This record gives sequence, C-alpha cells and structure tokens, in this order.
Amino acid sequence: MSNTDSQTHIEVRNLIFSRSGRPIFRDLSLSVERGKITAIMGPSGTGKTTLLKLIGGQLQPESGQIIVDDLDVHKLNRKWLFHLRARMGMLFQSGALFTDMSVFENVAFPLRVHTDLDDELVRDLVLMKLNAVGLRGAAELMPSELSGGMARRAALARAIALDPDILMYDEPFAGQDPIAMGVLIKLIRQLNQALGHTSIIVSHDINETLSIADYVYLIADGTLLAQGTPDELVNQQDPQVRQFLHGEADGPVPFHFPAPDLAEQLLRGGQ
Amino acid sequence: MIDQLQRIGRGALDRLAATGRSGQMLLQSLFVPPAPKEMLPLLIKQLHFVGVLSLVIILVSGLFIGMVLGLQGYTILVDYGSEQAVGQMVALSLVRELAPVVTALLFAGRAGSAVTAEIGLMKATEQLASYEMIGVDPMRRIIAPRLWAGFISLPILTMIFAVVGIWGGSLVAVDWLGIYSGSFWANMQASVDFSTDVLNGIVKSLVFGFVVIWISVFQGYDAIPTSEGISKATTRTVVYSSLAVLGLDFILTAMMFGEI
Repeated sequence: MSNTDSQTHIEVRNLIFSRSGRPIFRDLSLSVERGKITAIMGPSGTGKTTLLKLIGGQLQPESGQIIVDDLDVHKLNRKWLFHLRARMGMLFQSGALFTDMSVFENVAFPLRVHTDLDDELVRDLVLMKLNAVGLRGAAELMPSELSGGMARRAALARAIALDPDILMYDEPFAGQDPIAMGVLIKLIRQLNQALGHTSIIVSHDINETLSIADYVYLIADGTLLAQGTPDELVNQQDPQVRQFLHGEADGPVPFHFPAPDLAEQLLRGGQ
Repeated sequence: MIDQLQRIGRGALDRLAATGRSGQMLLQSLFVPPAPKEMLPLLIKQLHFVGVLSLVIILVSGLFIGMVLGLQGYTILVDYGSEQAVGQMVALSLVRELAPVVTALLFAGRAGSAVTAEIGLMKATEQLASYEMIGVDPMRRIIAPRLWAGFISLPILTMIFAVVGIWGGSLVAVDWLGIYSGSFWANMQASVDFSTDVLNGIVKSLVFGFVVIWISVFQGYDAIPTSEGISKATTRTVVYSSLAVLGLDFILTAMMFGEI
C-alpha cells in the first residue's frame, strides 16, 4: 500500500489520532485511487468524519502522514493549505449551506472567492451547476426554504462549483427518503464519471454505498478491518465484517454496553 | 478532598486554556493583511447588525435614565437650594459613569448574546468548517468583521446614550420642574471638562467595547456545537461581559479619577 504511483491520489500513512484521551485511529494506513469512488465504512463513532477532517487539514494527527498529490497536508502552512482546499470539495452531513445567502449565492461563493470571473460568467456557471443537481429553479430560494434532500443537493452544487479534483462526501445518505437517496446515488455516480474527480464517501449505509463504490475500506476500532471491491467484501468470512455488512445485532461487536450481570444487578436492588 | 482539589485544578486549567485560545483567536483575526474591498461590505453589514439595530434600546434607555437622574437630582438638590446644579449632576454622572457602563451592559445583552448565538449555530451547522473547506479563513470572514463592528459601535452608542440622557434630564428639570434653562446648561458647561470627563468616558467605552465583543465572539467560536452548548455560551457571554464591564469600570475609574 506504500506505492506512490500516479494512480494514488490520497495516501494515509500510519495515522494515529485521539480525542479527549480516547484513541480514534491506531496506525491507520490506506490509499485512495485517482478518479475512483472509494468508500470508507464502519460503525458509528469509528471516526469516519474525523478522517475526512484530517484529510482536509482541519484536524492535526498525533503522528502519521496524509499525502494529497504528493503534498503532506499537515506540513503545509495556512496559505498553502487553503490553496489545497480550493481543489477539494466537501459535502457535509448537514449540507452546511450558508444560511444568510440564497442558494445561488451559496454556489457562487467559491467562484467569487477563488476566481476573477465576471458576474455574467459566474451566473452561467452557477446555473449550470444547479442544473446538474436539478435545482436551477430553486436558485433564488433561501436555505431555510429547502427540504433536507434539496439542501444536500444544493450543497453538492456548491462543492463542485470549482470543479475540484477531490470530492468528499460525509454521510451523504443519512436521513434521506428513498427518492432523495436514489437521486443522490445517481448524482454521485454521474458526477464522478463526468468530471473524473476522485470521490471519497464516508457512510454506514451499506447497500447504497456498495452499489456505487469502486473500492471499500472498512474501519473498526481505529484500524483497518477489511478492504476490497464491494464484491470481495460481501463474500468475506470474517465474523466482524459479516456482522457489519449484514446488520446483525450481536456478534464480535456486542449489543450490550459493558455492564454487570443483569440478574445480579436486579437482585442487588437499589443499593 | 483530593477529588475536590482535582476538580478545582482542572477548572483552573480549562479556564487558562480557554484564555489562551481566545488570545489566539484575537491575534489570528485582527492581524491579517487588510483587504478593504472584501472586508468593507462585511464590516458594514455587521455594523448594521450590532450597532444600528441596538440603537432603539440605547435611545430609550438613555432617555429614561436621563429623566430619572433629572428627577432624583432635583429632589435631593432642592433641599439645599442648589437645584440649579442638576444639569451638572446629570451630565457628569452620565458622561463619566452611566453612559459607558449601561451602554456596555445593554450591548452585551442585545448584540453580544446575538453574536454568540449566531457564531455558535454556524459552528453547529458546520458552516464554519464549510468556509474552511472552501478555502476561506473564517477568522477573516466571520470573526474579524464582528470584532471590528463591536469596537467601532460601542463608543458611538455610548456617546448617543449620553446625549439622549442629558436631553432627558433637561426635559424633566427644565421643561417639567421649571429650572431656569440658562443656569441648567451654563452649570453643565462650566463643570464638564472635555479631557477629564468626556474623553475618559470615551476611553472607558473603547475598553468595554473591546472586552464585550471579544467575549461574545469567543464564546460563540468556542461553544460546544449542541443546543445546550450554545445556550450555555450565550448565558456566559452576558454574565462574563457584565462582570468584566463592572470590574473594569472600577479599575478604570480608580486610574482616571482616584489619583492612584
């Protein structure tokens, strides 16, 4: 996995990170191929979103490296880090649209900040991006007037405004109705094919994610549990992998939070 | 016993760390290369939000406090036959003390709490993280305009408060209670000194403006991004700002007028 050929776009090397004394990543290494859809999956609380924030340089690891385009994200100064981020798009779980701007202004924002295009061209580009996510008609609405699914699509239009090389999706399917979910799956796949960027999807929605991912990493307990194409993963025999992929309540990951024996606790009464 | 000591120690360490983070935030947001074209519209929007929208509460409070001062001053001074000095009393108490302190307290309640809640919610809804990922520094885009708007508006609001208060005092003392307007204004002019009274009042309001908006912005920026965290942060803004204003007022007054 230490190959740094041109196919590798992002490489995470021996990452160690902990929060409030609780280890999140213990020696995690993985690599993301250029132009592919890579999914990072795992149970809630395994630090999937944290990993995206580490790749975006919003958090500092305790040790280890994250290399994006041969650049060590955490060795860059503030100015270069912001330059690098201009080439990354991120779709946040909540959409994170700027609530004081209309949908149009939200999508135009990255263009206005990072380019010198005149207003006419910005307008055309924004309308094209909104058209791609099916929200051209909602350009003048405020974020508070959008449904959850629409807000996420508008945020997706903003994330692709600058045609980024890397697009990171943080739980894109969480809390979406089946139609919105279907629309998002189609969009993610189409955008990846049309724009050719590298996509990273962080999710625990198994079926949706496996249906579009080219390669999947399964994370648990701060390390890599399994990796492979969706087909390889589904056919894995490892009990922990099977428990996660098939949604079994009990298995190597226990259903019960650690507690004393139930009978003993009941007999003890209120002592 | 050990547990209690540990708790006190941890509390003190947390406070120290927070103070450090607030200083870091101040440096990162204020010491940035100026970009007037980008910053000015943001600053004007914030001046409107924290300054102009605070005007009504400042005008009404200033008027009533001036009127009460006029009334109280008259009832006390008339016993000594020196009710002509009401103008002097109203002006000095407003310019030196009440205008800077009351304006700062009202500002903390009206604008400070709103700034904290706004920034806290931006953090909770990942808007701050979103700015960062788009490659825009939230320190420049969100924090700096609010800090500057606070520094600029509080001294202006304080002066407006003092002027309206003095006018309120004259309404009661001159127009209602019938003190001769010539002696009301002449006494005031003779006793209020620009450099010792007016200027010191403005210096106070500058200091209060700096402290109140710094606390407000930092509490929002450092809030735990949950509804409970934001509610606590908003409360902290009002409590810390009020205590800081009252404490600093004593220190500043002692330095300015106490000759120590």
